[in-house]
Order: sequence, then structure tokens, then C-alpha cells
Amino acid sequence: MRLRCKVNGEALEADDVWPGESLLYVLRERMGLPGSKNACEQGECGSCTVYLDGVPVCSCLVAAGQVEGHEVTTVEGLAEGERLDPVQQAFVEKGAVQCGFCTPGLIVATHDLLERRCQPSDPEIREALAGNLCRCTGYEKILDAVRLAADRKAAS
Amino acid sequence: MSRPTSAPDRITTPISGGVGASPPRPDGTLKVKGEFAYSSDMWIDDMLWGATLRSPHPYARINSVDLTEALKVPGVHAVLTHDDVPGQMLFGLEHTDQPVLAVDIVRYQGEAIAVVAADHPETARRAIAKIVVDYDVLEPLTDMEEAVHSTDAPTLHPGGNVVRHLPIRRGDQEVTAPVVIRGEYEVGMQDQAFLGPESGLAVPAEDGGIDLYIATQWLHVDQKQVAACLGLPPEKVRLTLAGVGGAFGAREDLSMQVHASMLALRTGRPVKMVYSREESFFGHVHRHPAKMYYEHGATRDGKLVYVKARMFLDGGAYASSTGAVVANAATLGVGPYEVPNVSIDCWGTYTNNPPCGAMRGFGAVQAAFAYESQMDKLAAELGLDPVDVRVLNAMSEGTAMPTGQIIDSPAPVAELLRRVEAMPLPDAAPTDSYDLRQLPGGVSNTTHGEGVVRGIGYGIGIKNVCFSEGFDDFSTARVRLEIIAGEPTAMVHTAAAEVGQGLVTVQAQIARTELGVERVTIHPADTQVGSGGSTSASRQTYVTGGAVKAACEKVRGMVLDLARERLDIDGELRMEGGKIVSDRLGVLAAVADVLGDDAIDETVEWRHRPTEALDPTTGQGFAHVQYAFAVHRAVVDVDVDLGLVRVVALDCAQDVGKAINPDAVVGQIHGGSAQGLGLAVMEEIQVKGGKIRNPSFTDYLIPTILDMPPMKVDVLELADPHAPYGLRGVGEPPTISSTPAIVAAIRAATGLAIARVPVRPEDITGTA
Repeated sequence: MRLRCKVNGEALEADDVWPGESLLYVLRERMGLPGSKNACEQGECGSCTVYLDGVPVCSCLVAAGQVEGHEVTTVEGLAEGERLDPVQQAFVEKGAVQCGFCTPGLIVATHDLLERRCQPSDPEIREALAGNLCRCTGYEKILDAVRLAADRKAAS
Repeated sequence: MSRPTSAPDRITTPISGGVGASPPRPDGTLKVKGEFAYSSDMWIDDMLWGATLRSPHPYARINSVDLTEALKVPGVHAVLTHDDVPGQMLFGLEHTDQPVLAVDIVRYQGEAIAVVAADHPETARRAIAKIVVDYDVLEPLTDMEEAVHSTDAPTLHPGGNVVRHLPIRRGDQEVTAPVVIRGEYEVGMQDQAFLGPESGLAVPAEDGGIDLYIATQWLHVDQKQVAACLGLPPEKVRLTLAGVGGAFGAREDLSMQVHASMLALRTGRPVKMVYSREESFFGHVHRHPAKMYYEHGATRDGKLVYVKARMFLDGGAYASSTGAVVANAATLGVGPYEVPNVSIDCWGTYTNNPPCGAMRGFGAVQAAFAYESQMDKLAAELGLDPVDVRVLNAMSEGTAMPTGQIIDSPAPVAELLRRVEAMPLPDAAPTDSYDLRQLPGGVSNTTHGEGVVRGIGYGIGIKNVCFSEGFDDFSTARVRLEIIAGEPTAMVHTAAAEVGQGLVTVQAQIARTELGVERVTIHPADTQVGSGGSTSASRQTYVTGGAVKAACEKVRGMVLDLARERLDIDGELRMEGGKIVSDRLGVLAAVADVLGDDAIDETVEWRHRPTEALDPTTGQGFAHVQYAFAVHRAVVDVDVDLGLVRVVALDCAQDVGKAINPDAVVGQIHGGSAQGLGLAVMEEIQVKGGKIRNPSFTDYLIPTILDMPPMKVDVLELADPHAPYGLRGVGEPPTISSTPAIVAAIRAATGLAIARVPVRPEDITGTA
């Protein structure tokens, strides 16, 4: 089937999409957007988190056909050119990135959290990011990064 | 540092981001933007997708494999079995005992039998499902002790079922003691659970060779095995490190490397393979499950007299690195304590369970759970404080290990214990209010504080750093210095695998410090330069760091010789801030002016001090390069009614010799602590009858951000005179000590004698 949707503000289409393909597969393999990650492809790890019409979803659990005519924002769509989003900037500065495979999903999930709640408490951060597995960091520096991004967003 | 008094040009900006600083990772920006190319992101025009048929049985004879229907699936380009392996049929890290594709027999559930290349991953999977295999299912051998001692057990490999037996004998073997503590301990099978699945891209080359883009921990050991199995000379198998999504030991062994290469050579097209999460659980080795029998003898005031232990490690169907894991468990088997008399026997076995090999901590994890549990038992028996009994027996510089090796660098075991003990404790849980997110069971709303008890526990671990037992452990670094856009620029090229730990950052820091230049680029890791050795055993900063340092020193020497020649000057010179500097005369010239259009390009192979093999009957010998220590204190809340545990705090003190990158060091300690927490209370691959019951992140649970407590980290820097910059390996020690600390805290909270990890709810409620 042919799939048309808007990704990171751009109208894209993909041909010969097999109906069993996930949004994650189409993004990664057909649209040249491999930023969203394929760590579990069963909705447990959050590495593939993208915005679908402004709502964060695990793109591995969304059938490609469901996205027809909808809008998707991926981790690749958050920076403005060379200027990183404050969440991305904070993750780099605070050492919240090691192997980085969970990072795209955490960036999108954190971005969403700070859109909803500009100064989250630690328990709120932990609850909001509980669906994003990280195996490298033990999460301490991720918390540091989220706090820093929140502070900067609040100050701006 | 003396300041220049006269100069043709001033040193305006000192170099930042050198050794001891924490510059940001060079790959950080790409990673946060989603632009870092991991092995599963590889894409090339015209590529095919590979898939693997795996055995559903832990032990079976293969009567026939029928590929007819699979080959008929439209879009399928190749279906290969062991008949198609062009070279050596077997591979393996220490023993070549594992078939590339099963030959007549399968020894574990998940063993690869056939591979398919197709134009879509789903087509490949469907073709796999159409392969018909006729099996004679056999009774699997699943008990590691039976594998060693039973005469009835089937023999799984020609040499028998024991991969390695290592005895350690030290001191008086007949000695007795007034206080005797016995215990039996078990460690379940832990998974590394890296997030980036096994994956890579094999591209057939015009010369008949293969270019492989791959996530691995050691490019050259992959190259050697892949070349042998493909029947190609090593130079025709060129590997480039693709982005690695975590490793933790699980990428030491081959996974899809040979399979994708075979398919690419057969079809003449690039082949990509990416394991699903379920397949990943079958596609790599795990941490050895262990059964350990310990006996500690002590004086009435708590001083250790002897330790006797029998340890069994289940290596599963193939050897992988079981032999080295056995050596670690045995030689580190009494922990970081002074023990004059030791008798340990450690066996690593073959069974029909999933193959086990390297995982962070590598044998030291299993031993530490046992010896630390014993130390707590000893303290309880004598009415001593658990920290005091550890301090009383703590080893220090000059202590003899059970192998007879004398510790010849700082071993601040007592100090680390006292430092952690002195850290402030978390507040008591409030009694007048509750936040579900801070209670055992969390927002499942299982308690509002009733039935919840708190406990505190300590754990300490010892780990060897670098490869041991006489292994020729080296790394190669190529450093090139040239002037680019008027600025001296260093390029560092090694084959050492960056797996997330930050080696690329550290390599650049070392080059900045040694060459006094700001600009450093890191060449992609590949096999075009000599081996960097394995990213394991906490060794890369030590060994590849040492190689980069040595290569920089060589380049620096040549630049300074050139400066002496071109400036017509004698005496001591150094490179600093992009300038050639003399103590006596100050700044003499810019490096750019001395070097001009020349480039200095040097490659150095660097080795740590040699070790020696262990005596096979007594386990005596100078076998380890360096020892590293970490201590944890855990505070837990336990809901005794439901058996749920929340770790409230997990604080750590670790000696790192020299923190080359302090932020990265702390990051390693956080991450290692988290994996130890996982083993303590959550993580186990459940194996019944040789079959994995929980191969998914739905059923194999790793710690989330809600499971992890805040962690205070105290980093000690007592230099090791034998190591570059005095550094000590960092990655593994925190994984070793956090598990026993958490279990000790659960015991302290509940009064239960817990002897198995992970601790399950039923172990606490008594319903197991």
C-alpha cells in the first residue's frame, strides 16, 4: 500500500508498504529516519517513542496504516538545525547519554513531560519516564538532565 | 608550572578537555539528535534481510532439514545450512566448540540451524517458518552439579562435561577454627539486556572478501573467527565498528557475523540482520548461574582463619569464556579479605542450558554474593557489626591473595567501607503521609506503609582488571598529528570498541594532554589498524588508553626533535597549548610553524605488565594485572506481606586510581550499581528443562527509573604505580558489590536467611 503522512513537518509518502509493518519500521527503513530505536519492538522499552498527532506513542506498536493522513514528530524533528532542543542540550551536558540507544525515546518522553509540566518533581519525572528503559546510566544523570532542561525552560 | 618569560607568541588559551576533565562525549550530539548510526541503522541500496532458524529443543538429534518450501517463497534469495559454511565449521572464544550452523545435533534451545536472505524481513521470517526439520528429541542435561559428578549424564562434548576445574590451595589445608559458618548460595541466570539488538550489515566486496559493519566488543577477535569460518584470509574480512547500543559482555561472542557474511557472499548482495528482542535472548551468552557451597572458619573475635568453597558455574551448551569466568570466581572467591588458609574448587560445566559467558563482573559477581553473605552470617553469629567484621579482615597493600599474588598497589578496602558507612542515611519513611511512588509496589497501590520494614546492608567486591593468566593482552594506537586550517590537529585511530562507556572521549583527552593540542578527532574503529583488544575486563582505558598515551609520546618526541632541528636549539622541550615550550626560554614556536606541511603518523602496540598462568593443581601464580574495589551500602523498604522490595538508597565508594574523566567514572558506577540491583531483586532468565520461559522485556524485568534510588558516589583516587596515569579499571566493581549489599539490607529488614538471587517475592513471604 501507499502511505502518506506528515513527518517532522514534511509531507512524506512510502510505497509498497506491507500492511503488517509498524510505524517504526516505515520511519526507519522507508523514510530514512532511523533515529527512533528498535530495542524491543514490543512496547516495553520506549526507545521508539515518537509524537503521533502530538501524543507520545511507541511507534513499534502503531501499525503503519494507522498513520495515514496523520502527523508524526520524531527525535530528528526536535532540533532547529544545529540548535539543539533544550532537552537534547541538557542530556549532552549532564552526561545522560552513554550508549545512547534509549536516548531518542527518552528525549521525546522528556520533551512531552516538560510540555505538560514545566517544573516536575523527582517522583513526577520518575513516573513520567518509567516506560523508558536505560541499561547504561542507572538513570541518575538522566534525572540531572531533566531537571536542568526544566530549569532552563522555566527561565526562558 | 612556570610561565614563559619571553615568547614569539603567547599561550593564550590553555588546553581544556584533557586528562582529569570531563569534556562532553564527541558522539553525544549525534546521539541526542537520533543521527548516530547504530549497527541496526545500517542501510544500503539493494540490501537483503537475513533471518535465522533456531532449535526449539535444548537437546536433539537432527535427522533431516528440508529447505524445499522455504526456497519457493517469492523474494527469498538464499537458504543456507551447515553444508554451506565455506570454512571452519566451529567457532568460539576460548574453545572452538560451537557450530556456525548446527551439524546433526543441537545442544541448546535457540541454536542456529539455517539462515535465509530475502528482500523483506517478514519474507525471511516466513521462509524460516517453512523449513522442515526432523528431530529426535533427547533428554537434556540441565543440572550443573550432575554434569560434573554424575556418571549417568550424557557427554555433551568430546572432552566431557567439565569445561574447566580450577583448584586453589593455600596455607594449611587441615586447619580448624573455633567458629565455623556454612552456607549454600545460588545465583540465577542474568541477561546483559543491552538495548541495541545484535545486528549488522555484510557487504560483499569485489575482491571476493567481505566488509562487515558490526556492533561488537572486539573487532579483531571477530575478524579472526569470521575469516576462519568463511575460509578467507583475514585481510579479506574487513570490519568496521558500527554504533554499539550497549554490550556488558554480551557482544564478546559472535552472533550474526558469520551468518550475514555467508548470505552476502552467496547472494552477491549486501545482507542486513537485526535480531528481535526475543531472538536476542537466544542470540547471546548470559551470566553463569552458580551454585556455591561455602565454609568460613574464624576466631571468636571474628578474624578469618580459613575459607573452603566448592563452586559450580553453568556454562551451558558451549564454552564461550567459561574458563576465564571460572578463574575469576575461584581466584577472587574469598573476596577482598586476608585469609591465610584457602581451599577452593570451582567447576565450569557444559549442560544443555543456554550458553553462558561474559557479563560485567565476570565470575566475581557470583563469588561476591556468596562470600559477602558469609561475612554477614559471621557478623551475626558473633554479634559483630557487619562493617566492623569486614574492616577487621580487610586486605590492604601487601596482602597475599589466595593465589599467592601479593597486592602491590593501594587496596583501600577498610577506607572504602568507612567512607560509605559515614555517608548520611536517607530520611525515615514518613508515618503520617505516603507517596505511592516511594513505597514497595509503587502505584500498584499495594500498601500505604503497613507491613513495610526498613533494612541497611553492606557489600564489597573485588575485581581483576585486564586479561589474566599470561594472556598477551595489548592494544594498538595510531596517532597522527598534522596542521589543518592552521591548527595542530591530532587524529587517534584504534580498533577498540566504544560501546557507550566513553572510550572515545577518553582517547581524545589523553591526546590533548600528551600533545598539548585542542583539536582531536577520533577515527572510526576498524580492522585497518592493529587490535585494540577486547572492550571487557574493565580494561580499555587502561590498555587502549595506555596505547594512545604511548603513541602520543612517540609523536611528541618526533615533533620536539623536529623543533630542535628547525629551531636549532637543545635541551628539554614540551608541547603545550599548541606551542613548543622550553622551561628556560618559554614559548619558542607554534607547533604549526614547526610542523608546516608535514604530518607525523605513528602506530604503537602497548602491553600492560605480564601475568602468568595459574598452577593447575594449586591455583598459585601471579595471574592478575590489577585489582579494583567498590563498596555499596543499600537501604531497602520491604513489604513483608507481599514480598515486594523498594531500594531506597544505594550509595557507593570506589577507588579508581585516577579519574581520567570524573563524570564518566560516576556514570559507570551508577550504571554498574543498577545492574547489580537488577540481579538482587528483579532479573533472572527463567530456565526450565533447558528452555527459556521469559525471553522478552515483558517478562525479563530490568530496573526502570522508578526502581532506581538516588545514588551517592564517593570516588577515591589512589594511584596504581603500574598503570597509565595511575588509573584503575572502573566498569565492573560496582556491579559486584551492589547485589550483596541489597540482599544484606533485605535480610536486615526481614530477619530472613536469603541465600539466592534474585530475591523473589515468594522468598520473602515464605511461599516459594
